Amino acid sequence: MIRFIVQRFLGMLVTMFFVSVMVFIIMELPPGDYAERYAFRKFSGTGVTVTEADVNNIRVKLGLDRPAYERYFSWIWGIVTKGDFGPAFAFETSVNNVIGQRLWLTLAILFSTLIVTYLVSIPIGIYAAVHRHSIADYSLTVLSYLGLALPNFLLALILLYISVTVLDSSVGGLFSQEFEGAPWSWAKFVDLLKHLIVPAVVLAWSATAFQLQTVRATMLDELNKLSVTAARARGIPEWKVLLKYPARLAINPVVSTVSFDANRIFSELPIVALVLGLPELGELLIKSYIDLDMFVAGAILLMLTFMIVFMNFLSDIALAFLDPRIKLEGG
Amino acid sequence: MSTNELSQRELTQQERAVQERESQEALRYYSATQWQLVWWRFRRHKLAMAGGLFLALLAFLGIFAEFFGPYSGVTRNTDYLLGPPQIPRFWDENGFSLRPFVYGVTTERDPVTLRRIPTIDREVRHPIRFFVRGEPYTVLKVIESDIHLFGVEEGTVHLFGTDPLGRDLFTRTLIATRTSLSIGVLGVLIAFVLALIIGGVAGYFGGWIDYGIQRLTEIVRVIPVIPLYMGLAAAFPREWSTQQIYFAMTLILGLVGWPTLARRIRGQLLTLRTEDYVVAAQIAGASAARIIGRHLLPAFASYIIVDLVISFPYLILSETALSFVQLGLRPPDISWGILLQDAQNIRAIEQAPWLFIPAAFVVTAVLSFTILGDGVRDAADPYTVSGS
Repeated sequence: MIRFIVQRFLGMLVTMFFVSVMVFIIMELPPGDYAERYAFRKFSGTGVTVTEADVNNIRVKLGLDRPAYERYFSWIWGIVTKGDFGPAFAFETSVNNVIGQRLWLTLAILFSTLIVTYLVSIPIGIYAAVHRHSIADYSLTVLSYLGLALPNFLLALILLYISVTVLDSSVGGLFSQEFEGAPWSWAKFVDLLKHLIVPAVVLAWSATAFQLQTVRATMLDELNKLSVTAARARGIPEWKVLLKYPARLAINPVVSTVSFDANRIFSELPIVALVLGLPELGELLIKSYIDLDMFVAGAILLMLTFMIVFMNFLSDIALAFLDPRIKLEGG
Repeated sequence: MSTNELSQRELTQQERAVQERESQEALRYYSATQWQLVWWRFRRHKLAMAGGLFLALLAFLGIFAEFFGPYSGVTRNTDYLLGPPQIPRFWDENGFSLRPFVYGVTTERDPVTLRRIPTIDREVRHPIRFFVRGEPYTVLKVIESDIHLFGVEEGTVHLFGTDPLGRDLFTRTLIATRTSLSIGVLGVLIAFVLALIIGGVAGYFGGWIDYGIQRLTEIVRVIPVIPLYMGLAAAFPREWSTQQIYFAMTLILGLVGWPTLARRIRGQLLTLRTEDYVVAAQIAGASAARIIGRHLLPAFASYIIVDLVISFPYLILSETALSFVQLGLRPPDISWGILLQDAQNIRAIEQAPWLFIPAAFVVTAVLSFTILGDGVRDAADPYTVSGS
């Protein structure tokens, strides 16, 4: 078991290395370099004429005159040793300052979304499989079609519209006004939980549609197995049969795809966050892309991906505990 | 005994007739090409047929958007900024009219806010005429005309209302349909070519090439898709023309789509390449390209088509999402995502809910593609018995 965990951990590190290289390439993509953008941002409108020499000075000061691989290693070295993600130009501070508590809010959104997804998809998926061809089953199929067709950000807009016109209150943001800058307290935490419901439901929308189908399909396979028939023949109550055999196995694919869910959620998060005005990483990502503030964008992309890779690692281990066969095959 | 014999003979006659009909049907079945079988199977899937027809209709409306829409996509009606939809009616309290009509609009300035407020004048009727002459346009860069399907001679008709600049939302939605669908088609094609090359190479050669490509695909897949490709879109130079951006966007959408397709192609090739006929071709000295193209691809072409149809809605949603946050196509290009930019803030939708109409197009198009994909998937393997 320890060997298995170490192997997966090393695999995770290798993946992270390649991901960081790709993220660095994306950071390098926009035309022009930081020095030019920095100079433009700093001096535009001030009436100061910026010469090529000035730009060069900035370039040397920021270390942008060095070759790409050197800059990559100093960037990654800063992150690994000091947790320093570099400067944020648009805000004239460091990336760490800009990101601040957004990282934790992003995690809060991710986990509340996952909880909503599983609380809805697992029981309902099992129910649909047991009551196959019932009205509930068919309406679920229709709903999951809609879950795939209605993009989350449109759902967010619709919810916003309803909340403004019908409920006469906005569902946007993560904090009520009185808690916006307040230090953390129990009341603020409760307030955050209340505000998390809407983004969690919106983001869970399509993930739930996918998982419902998976749980239902696995349940249908498992229900036909002889173990179920045998258990029924022994006279075990039906609910116990369901929980003991098929339901246990139907959860496996859910556990193994938790990182895919995280991936999907993070993929949709920026746009939903923009619509709902959530102060977390995705929203900042879009802003920094538009501003071409690539150190911020790179840091966020790296953080989001690292969370996904880490969840993948955790789900591998959880799966090995849940289903010992996997370790033997994949080991 | 004799009655028994008689009934037996009758039975055999009946049976013979049945058998003959059956053998004819069997002959038709066995002599049909694979694509005929697929088509017969698909036709039975009514819902998928409906989805396909609806998409064809959308594409048709999109291609001839300037004909179906009464105005061009950029004409501004400054008297009717953010105006609500004008719904054609046949009757009101002033009586019935066989020809549908819309009410006239007069604009007044609000004495307090000085905003121009369009008010509907129920006394003035503008009859809707068909095939009227209006603004000239060019369809598909060849057909020049100035005839529009419908329009009014005096006043204006805006079926879906107008946007904040007073442009006709109906025409703009149709043009956006064309842009969004076409960018999806091109994106799918690019994804397909990429997947074919990468997946084909990985699946055919196997070994360390396969291993390397697999690892690379996995790493790309780990990074959340939309944020990753937003990064590429952010790198478009500001001075690019809308056409350059359009093609760059198709490239990005192709990049969004290829990993799943490549994986499928690779998997199919890995199982097929050990088949006897492939080995025979190899022994006969056929080149790798010939074997992949001539012997392997036709064997799983139907699966590829299924994957193409299924990946389509995903690409369309990606384009809409990217353009929606100003990291995709840019105005003056018109796409669903760009139209929805106007509906981005809550005050806009509260004031003008009709700005949300393009969203309905996105949802129905994606829904149709999903249903169509389901039908095509069922039909793609006509030799299985299930569902027939």
